[in-house]
Amino acid sequence: MKNGEVIIRVDNVDAGYDGVAILEHINFEIRRGEVFGILGGSGCGKSTLMKHMIGLNPPIAGHVTIDGDDIVTAGDELLEKIQRKFGVMYQSGALFGSMTLLENVRLPLEVYTSLPDDAIDLVARMKLELVGLEAFTGHMPAELSGGMQKRAGIARAMALDPAILFLDEPSSGLDPITAASLDATIRRLSENLGVTFVIVTHDLGSVFVATDRVILLDRGAKGIIAEGDPRRLRDETADPRVRAFFRREAEPVAH
Amino acid sequence: MAALAITDTADGRRTLALTGRLDATTLPSLWEEARRAAADVPERPIVIDAAGVDYCDGVGAALFVDLLRHPRQGAIEVANLNPAFAALLQQFDPKVLEHDLDPEPPRRPAIEEIGVAAYGIWRDIRLQIEFIGELTAALAHAVRRPASVRWQEVWRICEHVGADALPIVALISFLLGMILAFQSAVPMKRFGAEIFVADLIGLSMLRELGPLMTAILLAGRSGAAFAAEIGTMRVNQEVDALTTMGLSPVRFLVTPRIIAALLMTPLLTLFSDLVGLLGGALTMQSFSIPLVTFLKEVDSAVNLPDFLAGFVKSFVFALLVAGIGCLRGLQTKAGASAVGDAATRAVVSGIILLVVVDGLFAVAYFLLDI
Repeated sequence: MKNGEVIIRVDNVDAGYDGVAILEHINFEIRRGEVFGILGGSGCGKSTLMKHMIGLNPPIAGHVTIDGDDIVTAGDELLEKIQRKFGVMYQSGALFGSMTLLENVRLPLEVYTSLPDDAIDLVARMKLELVGLEAFTGHMPAELSGGMQKRAGIARAMALDPAILFLDEPSSGLDPITAASLDATIRRLSENLGVTFVIVTHDLGSVFVATDRVILLDRGAKGIIAEGDPRRLRDETADPRVRAFFRREAEPVAH
Repeated sequence: MAALAITDTADGRRTLALTGRLDATTLPSLWEEARRAAADVPERPIVIDAAGVDYCDGVGAALFVDLLRHPRQGAIEVANLNPAFAALLQQFDPKVLEHDLDPEPPRRPAIEEIGVAAYGIWRDIRLQIEFIGELTAALAHAVRRPASVRWQEVWRICEHVGADALPIVALISFLLGMILAFQSAVPMKRFGAEIFVADLIGLSMLRELGPLMTAILLAGRSGAAFAAEIGTMRVNQEVDALTTMGLSPVRFLVTPRIIAALLMTPLLTLFSDLVGLLGGALTMQSFSIPLVTFLKEVDSAVNLPDFLAGFVKSFVFALLVAGIGCLRGLQTKAGASAVGDAATRAVVSGIILLVVVDGLFAVAYFLLDI
């Protein structure tokens, strides 16, 4: 179902806070239905770049277009329209602590759909089943482990079946089996429903299994040092920094 | 759009033909209809014909699951669903989704609730006693080895507790002095006794209201802040980190706060007494009582024991408010709302303790004839 149409365009973005750019002149495009990975070591600005892409913080310079609308210059009304098109899973899960898991996942469905109440319940429980939490619907987030909270965060991000899902470090803190089933869910949603995924990660296991295309960010270079199919980057790259990342070589090459 | 067509064939089978887009926008109108069509004929076999479905997302899959999950006499199956959508549907087990596996527990009977609440109060009292013991040990340690106290932290907290509280203490005390003066001067003027307003303000501010209002403000500002600060540290596992490093959270976090409160609260109380008197004096100017006369009257009415009666209380209040703030912080459970609860409980228990202890002081002073 990938028709090659560009759904997200990052155009000459300088990413950072308070006028200090961590990344400069970032350009890339993400196509509909693609599973796109934003990779890089800790502190290279992956999450900062994602915050610019979802309209949480404006970039220092440049534009981010989602489905044709510029999220950087959008006013409140347009921003809400754009934000309806995507779901976000935050690094910590960001569940609402005063609600049970089921209520957390129900919330967006209650606000944005007019489904019957027990249908909302069923949809929410199905999302939780997708991430293996069907037996924890009545638990409060504080009663669950970090990995479980994260999975519930993914279920909540998927509640409205958005066209785009942003996942910030989805597999960190998950056990290998859950991480693998999450990768499979991502592939299935992308292939069968054409959902576009933007995954910020440094988990290479997931990258090789789940993503179609990645960019690799580098703190020293303040930008993208590689772009393409992660398997090909691993096998064919000549750049020592890229090779070090994809082959988990301990000593990063000086640059 | 989505549509549903129901056909009953001669062999007793019912076909529900779904067509179009099945998602959150199209399904709300169809859902009940589809469910009814299946529930009306529980004994007959049903085929859900999905040949005409061009799109089916998670909500669409939920409709299929909803129809499949309830046990019925006749068979029910989905036919002709596009393989891409069928793959989505296969992720779910309708039997697992038949009932909520983790429903909210039923409410406890009232008698049990009362028991639980009573036990909670008893446990809280025990914890407070334990905490008093721990705190005494920590303060004794601080006195024996002053170098072990983190003085930098103490000064930082002193600034928050003391200097930063000056404006609000000034505001409330000034207002209190003014209100007392005005409300009592009006009726006393009828007896030509307005000069005794100075006695009233001097005694009530120095003995009672100065220390009490300062302590209540301390509970609202610093008690809540201590609870929130330590509570957030508890949620972020910083308190656990201290414990595993072999540092006592009471010695490391509570001692500096208690010392800061003990240093600052009496000073704030003095300040509150003075500003209260000033408020009263300025109000009395409008009743033709000059400042000098007012001060002289205060001087003759209030003696050192009166002042000390209030001043001593301020140390005890400081200990109570800061101690309960820190204790509530350390008792914080997990989650963002827990920090809010800790701050609320710090203020509420702080004020309750103040009232109780102030009453005890009143009885003690009466018996001691102070």
